[in-house]
Amino acid sequence: MSIKKRAGMALASVLALGTIAACGTQPSTTSSSPANGSKQLQIFSWWTGVASSKALAALNTQFVKEYPQFKVINEAVAGGAGSNAKAVLASRMEAGNPPSTFQVHAGHGQLYSWVQAGDMSSLNALYRQQGWYHDYPQSLLNLLTFHGKIYAVPVDMQRGNVLWYNPTLFHRYHLTPPRTFTQFFQDAQVLKSHGITPLALANHGNWEATLLWSDVLLGTVGPTQYDALLAGHASWTSPGVVQATQTFTRMLKYANTDYTALHWQQADQLVAQGKAGMNVMGDWAQGYFTTDLHLTPGTGFGWAPTPGTQGTFAVVSDVFGLPSHVKNKTATLDYLKVLGSAKGQAIFNPLKGTFSPRLDANPKAYDAYSRSAMQSYKRDKLVLVIGQGAVNPGFTNAVNNAMEILVSNHNVSQFVHSLASAAQANPLP
Amino acid sequence: MKRRISWDHWSAVLVLVPSLAALGVFVYGFIVWTGYLSLTDWNSYIPNFHWAGLRNYVAVFETFRFQSDIRNLIVFTALFILGCLVLGLFLAVLIDQKIRAESLFRSIFIFPMAISFVATGVIWSWLLNPQTGVNLILRALGDTHPPQWFLSTAIVPSIPLGLIQVGIPLALVAVTLAAIWQMSGFAMAIYLAGLRAIPDEMKEAARIDGAGAWRLFWSVIFPQLKSSTVTAVIILSAASLKVFGLIYAMTGPGQDFTTDMPTLNMFQTTFQGSQFADGAAIATILFLIMAAFSIPYLITVLRREEEA
Repeated sequence: MSIKKRAGMALASVLALGTIAACGTQPSTTSSSPANGSKQLQIFSWWTGVASSKALAALNTQFVKEYPQFKVINEAVAGGAGSNAKAVLASRMEAGNPPSTFQVHAGHGQLYSWVQAGDMSSLNALYRQQGWYHDYPQSLLNLLTFHGKIYAVPVDMQRGNVLWYNPTLFHRYHLTPPRTFTQFFQDAQVLKSHGITPLALANHGNWEATLLWSDVLLGTVGPTQYDALLAGHASWTSPGVVQATQTFTRMLKYANTDYTALHWQQADQLVAQGKAGMNVMGDWAQGYFTTDLHLTPGTGFGWAPTPGTQGTFAVVSDVFGLPSHVKNKTATLDYLKVLGSAKGQAIFNPLKGTFSPRLDANPKAYDAYSRSAMQSYKRDKLVLVIGQGAVNPGFTNAVNNAMEILVSNHNVSQFVHSLASAAQANPLP
Repeated sequence: MKRRISWDHWSAVLVLVPSLAALGVFVYGFIVWTGYLSLTDWNSYIPNFHWAGLRNYVAVFETFRFQSDIRNLIVFTALFILGCLVLGLFLAVLIDQKIRAESLFRSIFIFPMAISFVATGVIWSWLLNPQTGVNLILRALGDTHPPQWFLSTAIVPSIPLGLIQVGIPLALVAVTLAAIWQMSGFAMAIYLAGLRAIPDEMKEAARIDGAGAWRLFWSVIFPQLKSSTVTAVIILSAASLKVFGLIYAMTGPGQDFTTDMPTLNMFQTTFQGSQFADGAAIATILFLIMAAFSIPYLITVLRREEEA
């Protein structure tokens, strides 16, 4: 091989490497360059499903209509009910390269952790300017306020304590949706005697069982004690927690056995098909019932608060804040104005299958289920859901780990003790 | 002449510098960084570089989950490598019989390797789902108690040690089946190359000496496949130690952590639990296990090269 040829190859390789390196860093260089950066807005979420991505696109279109100087870049990350997105977000925040704004659940979970880390800016001025202190219920804003400062704007409202049931089966066997655990087990016994799985359970993601347990805990100890537990003011080995966990393991005996293999949609499908009587899932399930399975609320599927939680609304609300290291604060604030507005939420929520948390939201824009959930939301006491942004990620992860063992060995005492030590290692709230 | 050599050196250095720099920063630099993090108190979103010594390691080792991980890793690696080698050798010997359409069969057997582990995981989770998969066939054949596959929580034999039961988790066997299906074609390819390298004269000489087919295989062919086996074991063990996508898609950590792996634990601890120092400790332990596997291999390879 001639010298020239070798030199040429060497040069080519260097160039090739340079190009690869350039490609790899492109997204961050464009966002940080002032010429483009000021016009671009990165919206980070885990909204990649059919309904949620459609809703997000519509909201973004509305934003660009009101603020045509900006270009919105949808940076949704798919998979794992948001766990993948959270991993990507964590690495971007640590690198000091946050998106313009990002999806997070209301509560003392991830949102509060970012606030504690000093990565979020407060939005009190925005709330005053937009009059939002009167547009949203104070009990919801309390979940976004830490040490007197509010850090996020809610865009939707979902309920975490819903028992879904098959109305045909309930009618056939003269059952009523259980209001107490005693009634739940009576119903379960009847369904079982007719060869129907009483409780459909899915736990492939290992958060579904935690959600069920969280609702059982809420229904057992009541909202005041539940809040005290989440705030670190009560003991996780207290009799209420033990009793709730015992009820939970008893419920598992009425569930399908292959829950580790099922995703939550599959559990709800069992209910829809009449193979199972009941399922506990957040009300994102109603989008699955109506959009995917084409069922009519009320006749195709029924709903009720989970046993013992009448008068309590378990909040799972997607909220967006202002990262403090973001390059263009005006762009983010303008986006939040649209996201928190009556107009923006009226566009977003019906498409997503959620409802607007604003007090002036129009019930007529929603279906029968959402209208009833809206009523409860305005009337009920609001609490948070463990595993859905209520408490810090370290504690949540420890609960999920302990749950993986509890569903298998049903050892209640071991479970509550691992909760207690998890709370010690990851102080609440 | 002299000028040419120096130009050679210069161009070689020029070509190597970018990749060496990238490797230095992105591989070795981050190994050191991860090692350092594992010795700090950074276990929330707030970076905290306060020195923790080996506290994170102790904490990690004291969990039920990590003890299960170590058991699972050993069981999975052993079953996976053994399965791949046996099946791979069997397929290679079959293909080496000068059959018709050899390349077709070769392609069929090696094809699963081209599929991503995630796709394999999803498909096998459907196949082995006790309610819907192959169990439907088993039930139709009259098996009233078909296996629970990856939903089983049984560990055989179940010897208590530390917080866990030591043995083979049956759920892990189902995962291993999928992994073997995917990678045995690779072992086949390595063995086929090894078989082809054995000179025909040698086999002929053995036959003339009166060796039967069985004897021929065990006494003449098999000993010649030693280097193929070593290569296959090293590459398969690397694949096995860092298995993630397959488990994540197929079973997740599993009830009682019967199918959990250190990689999965590391991911969830770091990015879902935001316990960065604990996650770094798991990563460092995994790195040391990997090193324990590969360094002896590298030493022998280097020694062999020096001798040659």
